[in-house]
Amino acid sequence: MSWMSVITAGIITYITRFSMVTFVNGKMLNKKARLVLSYVPSTVFPAIIFPAVFFNDYGSFVEINDPKIFGIVAAIIIGFYSKNIIATILSGLLVYWFFIF
Amino acid sequence: MISKSVLFRKGLIDISPLLLPVIPFGIIFGAIGIELGFSPLITYATSLIIFGGASQIVFMQLISGGASSLVAVTSVGVINSRHLLYGAVLTEYLDKLNLIKKLLISYLITDQTFAVSNNFFKLNKEEKNLHYHLLGAGVTLWTTWQLTTIIGIFLGSIIPEHWGLKFAIPLTFLAIIINDFRKLDHVIVMLISGFSSLLFFDVPFKAYIIITPLIGLLAAFIIIKIKEKL
Repeated sequence: MSWMSVITAGIITYITRFSMVTFVNGKMLNKKARLVLSYVPSTVFPAIIFPAVFFNDYGSFVEINDPKIFGIVAAIIIGFYSKNIIATILSGLLVYWFFIF
Repeated sequence: MISKSVLFRKGLIDISPLLLPVIPFGIIFGAIGIELGFSPLITYATSLIIFGGASQIVFMQLISGGASSLVAVTSVGVINSRHLLYGAVLTEYLDKLNLIKKLLISYLITDQTFAVSNNFFKLNKEEKNLHYHLLGAGVTLWTTWQLTTIIGIFLGSIIPEHWGLKFAIPLTFLAIIINDFRKLDHVIVMLISGFSSLLFFDVPFKAYIIITPLIGLLAAFIIIKIKEKL
C-alpha cells in the first residue's frame, strides 16, 4: 500500500471535518441532505458485514452451518438486547471460537 | 462564566464513558492491521493521518483484498461523509473562532466528540469559549485512539492467525449499527445494502463498496419521500 493513498484518504477525511465549519455555511446543508446523511452508517456498514460473513476467503458462499453465521446471529441477539458494543463483539467472537476450536 | 480549564476538563469527563468501546475498538484495529499484513508503521500512520476508526478498518481491508487505491480512498470519503453533518451542526458554535483555530479544532471532530460537545453546547449557548469543551473531549479521544492502536499493533503480532481475528471486523461494524436495528426504515436500508454488496461483490476493483452505499442512500431517499407523504 502506498503512502500516497493513506495521505489522500487522510486529506479527504479532513475535508469532511473542516469544510462545513470553515468555508461552507453549515446552514447550506438543507434538512433533506442532513436526513439522507444520517442513513450513511446503515448503508456503508452492511456492505462490509454481509460479504465478510457470507463469503469465505475465496469469494464463494459459506455453508449455512458456518461458524461465522453462528457468531453473527449470536452477536445480533446479544447486541439487540444488551445495546452494548463490547458485549456484541465479544459474544460473536466467543461463539465463533467455540465452533472453530 | 466558566473558565477555559474547567470547560476543557468538562469535555474530558463528558467523553470518558464513550471511551469504553473505543479502547477495544482501537486495539482490534491495530491487531487487524498487522493480521491483514501491513507494517506497524503504516498501520499506526492511518490512526494519525486518517483518524477515523471504521474508515481505517475498511480502508486496510479493501487494500489488502486487492482493491484499487481510488476505490479504497473513495470509500473512506463515503464513510466519513457523516462528518459533514457534524460540522454543519457545530459551525453555529464555532463561528467566532479565527480560521486557524477552526482548521485545528476540526481535526478533532468525531462521532463521540460531536455527541458530547454538541449536547453541552446546546445547554450552554450563552457561555464563551465553548470550543474548549470540544478541545478537552477531542484531545482525550485522540490520545486514547493513538495509544490503543499502538497496543493493538503489539498484540496483533502475538495473536496467531488461526484465531480468525478478521471476524472481529464485521462484528465491530455490527456493534456500531446495532441500535438502529430498532428502526424499521434503517433495517430496510441495511438489508438492501447488504444484499447489494453480495450481488456486486465481484465487480472489478472492489467497487461494490461504492456502488452499495449509493443504492442504500437511494433507498433511504425513497423511504424519506414515502414517510413525508404519510
